[in-house]
Amino acid sequence: MQNAIKITGISKFFGDLKALNDITLDVAPGERFGLIGPDGAGKSTLFKILTTLLLPTSGQASVAGYDVVKDFKEIRRRVGYMPGKFSLYQDLSVEENLHFFATIFGTTAKASYHLIEEIWVQIEPFRKRRAGKLSGGMKQKLALCCALVHQPEVLFLDEPTTGVDAVSRREFWEMLKRLKAHGITILVSTPYMDEASLCERIALIQHGEILSTDTPQGIVSSYKKPLYAVRSDQFYQLLQDLRKAEFTEKVEPFGEYLHLTTKPAVQTETIGNMMEHKGHQHILIKPIEATIEDVFLDLMQTENAV
Amino acid sequence: MPASIAIQAENLTKRFGDFTAVDAISFEVKKGEIFGFLGANGAGKTTAIRMLTGLSRPTDGEAFVAGFDVARQAEKIKENIGYMSQKFSLYEDLSIRQNIRFYGGIYGLRSKAIKEKTAQILKELNLETYADQVVGSLPLGWKQKLAFAVSNVHDPAIVFLDEPTGGVDPATRRQFWEMIYAAAHAGRTIFVTTHYMDEAEYCDRISIMVAGKIEAMGSPGELKTKFGATTMDEVFVKLARG
Repeated sequence: MQNAIKITGISKFFGDLKALNDITLDVAPGERFGLIGPDGAGKSTLFKILTTLLLPTSGQASVAGYDVVKDFKEIRRRVGYMPGKFSLYQDLSVEENLHFFATIFGTTAKASYHLIEEIWVQIEPFRKRRAGKLSGGMKQKLALCCALVHQPEVLFLDEPTTGVDAVSRREFWEMLKRLKAHGITILVSTPYMDEASLCERIALIQHGEILSTDTPQGIVSSYKKPLYAVRSDQFYQLLQDLRKAEFTEKVEPFGEYLHLTTKPAVQTETIGNMMEHKGHQHILIKPIEATIEDVFLDLMQTENAV
Repeated sequence: MPASIAIQAENLTKRFGDFTAVDAISFEVKKGEIFGFLGANGAGKTTAIRMLTGLSRPTDGEAFVAGFDVARQAEKIKENIGYMSQKFSLYEDLSIRQNIRFYGGIYGLRSKAIKEKTAQILKELNLETYADQVVGSLPLGWKQKLAFAVSNVHDPAIVFLDEPTGGVDPATRRQFWEMIYAAAHAGRTIFVTTHYMDEAEYCDRISIMVAGKIEAMGSPGELKTKFGATTMDEVFVKLARG
């Protein structure tokens, strides 16, 4: 079956700055695909190329089977795009915004009600309110409704959850999961590593390059080195002590734990003994599976070393 | 207030007419602690911080910050705290050196002290070669580290960090938190507000505000156990959804 998004060797330069460097990526129809990377990684530039708002410097890409350069008009009819910056009309009301976007695409909100119903009922109580006066979570829901109102084949969501509180973030992802039933392909970007697991497949992106593409589980299990979560009563001192330890390959703070990667075949006991010897108390050491963030950090270091 | 306590709030309250933005919150922050102050938008975080930093007078209750009364010694508090927000701390069209000098001057440091501080900060952050570069041209991660250093320029007892690390890459974020750990290790108290739950996991203790009240307080581990959650995100969602 044809890919919903096909990207082949796309590069974009702004003067000397390589915003995107030879990106190749395929997204299957109906797939929920995540682009995971920090600010400045090139996520928004890639979105703008795929939504035909920016021309690539080189390479090719197609969306819903149409070429992003030659067939831009076709693509604009078939995709929904929610930019990173809130881009609805702040001084139109909620329902005016929705009707405006429906009209632009020659349709009505009624015709696509089956698609937006679930989200719409949450913002309907505020339908007379100006969009500019909505809370962050509500703005985001309205923006999603407006991006869906013409029943797009492919939906582009550029950092939809940035700056939104944890509850709204979670609700938003639940909505995306349910859109799956309508067969819509979704490309979504986020700087939050913990949101990666909510996608079916992800690409890790940094400095305009893709570090890795796989399922979240595949990314996580690609980390082959021994990894431990470690903690003691003296967190900062422990970080220093572990950095100096002979068995350590690297150690990074991860919230209330340190993540310690050791050289092969090191016993948990060896780590514990060292910590006791240095006077640490309330010691906790447990072998863990890597997180997306562990892998990202690891790939970044490999990149930088090259 | 015992010498080991950096911040003490007792029934701290702020009302705007009929609306109670902060509803009798009480808590303590120990010296050298990294304390996370969490809550959804509109929970009352900002109003509480404005009171703690001497920018807004409490309607009721009291609070002491670095030993000073927020209601009567607001100026003393401002001298003894540092403040950093990712968005507003540095002047983008001043150079690194000029920013340090500006903030040093604001906090009343003498020229000699400013010179020494400048040299120290540039060295610690490895920014010596960029000292005269305009801050606006620096990568986000450098700005954050510089903003933190500048908020510490007058050796304050307490530093308030307002959503400090949103958007940076995971490696830069860790370098930033290591700076915070080092400062806390040296005895500085760190008060962090954020709605990024993964940032909250780096704090020693956390409080979560819901509708003007503190609904939960403890270490990330304690809160996760108490709410039967594996991440702070889940704790937050359970609390906020009731």
